[in-house]
Amino acid sequence: MDNTIILETNRLRKDFGGLVAVAGVSVKVRQGTSHSIIGPNGAGKTTFFNLLSGVFKPTGGTIYFKGHDITALPAYQRSHLGIGRSFQITNIFPNLTVLENVRLAAQSRGRDNFKLLSDFRAFGRYQERALEILELVGLRGKELTVAHALPHGDKRKLEIGILLATEPELLLLDEPTAGMSQEEVPGIMEVIGKIKASGGKTIMLVEHKMEIIMRASDVITVMHLGSVIAEGTPAQIANDEAVQAAYLGGTHTYRGWRAHQP
Amino acid sequence: MQPLSSWLKARWPWLAVLACLTLAPAFLNKFYLGLMVQVFILAVFALSYDLLMGYSGILSFGHAMFFGSGAYVVGLLLKGAAWPLYAVLPVIIATGALMGVLVGIVTLRVRGVYFAMITLAFAEVIYILSASSQLRPWTGGDEGLHGIPVPAWMSPTAERVTFYYISLSFLVLMYFLARRIVNSPTGRVLIAIRENEARAATIGYNVFWYKVLIIVISGVLAALAGGLNALYFRNATPEVLGVGRTIDALLMTIIGGMGTLIGPVLGAVVIRVLGNYLADWFGPRWPLVFGLIFVALVMFFPWGIVGTLRQRPLRGLAQWIKRLSRGAGQKAS
Ligand SMILES: Nc1ncnc2c1ncn2[C@@H]1O[C@H](COP(=O)(O)OP(=O)(O)OP(=O)(O)O)[C@@H](O)[C@H]1O
Ligand SMILES: [Mg+2]
Repeated sequence: MDNTIILETNRLRKDFGGLVAVAGVSVKVRQGTSHSIIGPNGAGKTTFFNLLSGVFKPTGGTIYFKGHDITALPAYQRSHLGIGRSFQITNIFPNLTVLENVRLAAQSRGRDNFKLLSDFRAFGRYQERALEILELVGLRGKELTVAHALPHGDKRKLEIGILLATEPELLLLDEPTAGMSQEEVPGIMEVIGKIKASGGKTIMLVEHKMEIIMRASDVITVMHLGSVIAEGTPAQIANDEAVQAAYLGGTHTYRGWRAHQP
Repeated sequence: MQPLSSWLKARWPWLAVLACLTLAPAFLNKFYLGLMVQVFILAVFALSYDLLMGYSGILSFGHAMFFGSGAYVVGLLLKGAAWPLYAVLPVIIATGALMGVLVGIVTLRVRGVYFAMITLAFAEVIYILSASSQLRPWTGGDEGLHGIPVPAWMSPTAERVTFYYISLSFLVLMYFLARRIVNSPTGRVLIAIRENEARAATIGYNVFWYKVLIIVISGVLAALAGGLNALYFRNATPEVLGVGRTIDALLMTIIGGMGTLIGPVLGAVVIRVLGNYLADWFGPRWPLVFGLIFVALVMFFPWGIVGTLRQRPLRGLAQWIKRLSRGAGQKAS
């Protein structure tokens, strides 16, 4: 296998009862690129991420990460291999402080998790790492706030902070700006920019805000009704007829439609 | 290291309580010392339950199986096999741990209420086994084991003060052990699992084994409490394996405050002492009165006594205690 491919899926599929949420998706993601997934609501983007991060087991197909078949691995092992995930619907530890949310993610990278009789505060490195990350995502000064009390925009930043603290090589960002006001979006985009600038990371981004996608992506894969209908550079995708049809709702003009039939 | 004076200042209420408990045998008669012993034993049982329900978010309806097994190990080995006590101790620990592993591995495949129901079924099976007539030659059937021989130096009747100190040390030791565990890196992971299990898995924690681990620890603590209970009453009857025991643990934890450790200890005081007096005053109808008190407690302390006072530190007792301790601190300096 090409060693610059960090992630590859082969005819990946997920059925929910009669509904085919992901209908045989094959993609290759190159190491160090920003590879975005777009598609209308219900296209299967989140389900695809759930398959990649191990939240769901696929009903068919395989997933390779750095050349290894990880299809059967549970979520926690994928996290340790270097696949990190942020959620479209904020998924944090609501009654813990901002710092503790991120500190726990940092702690999971260490070897101290089963030290039953030592005080967790004795392991300062996790806290230091967490503070660095809070600085990066712009939550410094709020570390002692209980997570559920944060305003929505800050919760989105915390979501990314937790992800970063697990030191992933491949970041799956599911609509990081979901539900944010216009003023808050640049803040998140700046964070994503910093991650990219730090080098070596591969970013898979799901977004609905087109100007973000066009600016932040090297490659775009377009999904519709569970299938890939187009893939290419931002310029190619912007001019793709099938993509335009899918977004305009002309459901009979694109290839993915067939995959959705019984 | 912090200086001794600040260490004392932060902990003087605890030291005061401990001093009172240490001096109690000088003032209390045998009956009350016995009541305290029962409180200490129940408190450890409640502590162990809090590790599961309060800190890890695991709801078990079968916790009596650990407590009862500890009691039966003591009964079977001391009475049936005439083992020396020091040899029984590791067997209690091993039994609690083994049952924890078994229950964890078999039942953790399901979650929440389903898990609770399966643990209940598990405990009922053991309860029925303990009372079954086929096992009567060993377990004493539905009558259980009576007259367990306890070494003379710690006899719960003749040497009650010794037994009192043993139980008090047991509680203090187990309390600090539990405190250490919840404040350890592992304890923090358990709290994360309680808060958001799926997220704990996506940041790299193997939720299943953490849960098995805490069930084992909790099971060992409960089994030790059950063992001491058998030594105190010199018996082990099916009642210690019954669902009533589990409900006691649940009530003590809820009344005192889930996820606070000290709360369930307080809950044990409330349950045992209140139970004693209510039975005196109201006779056989006391559970009815207790039920009313329980409802009132839950209404006024929705997060348990300790939990509620912590959440609303500006109201009521907690503020008063704080002011008092601040005043005393200033006077001392
Ligand atoms: N857990 C589930 N159970 C049943 N159906 C599901 C589940 N998750 C997703 N689906 C269905 O699968 C399809 C794809 O959903 P998915 O959330 O992956 O879409 P999406 O592309 O992320 O959409 P959006 O842009 O709105 O986030 C939808 O029809 C959805 O209703
Ligand atoms: Mg989605």
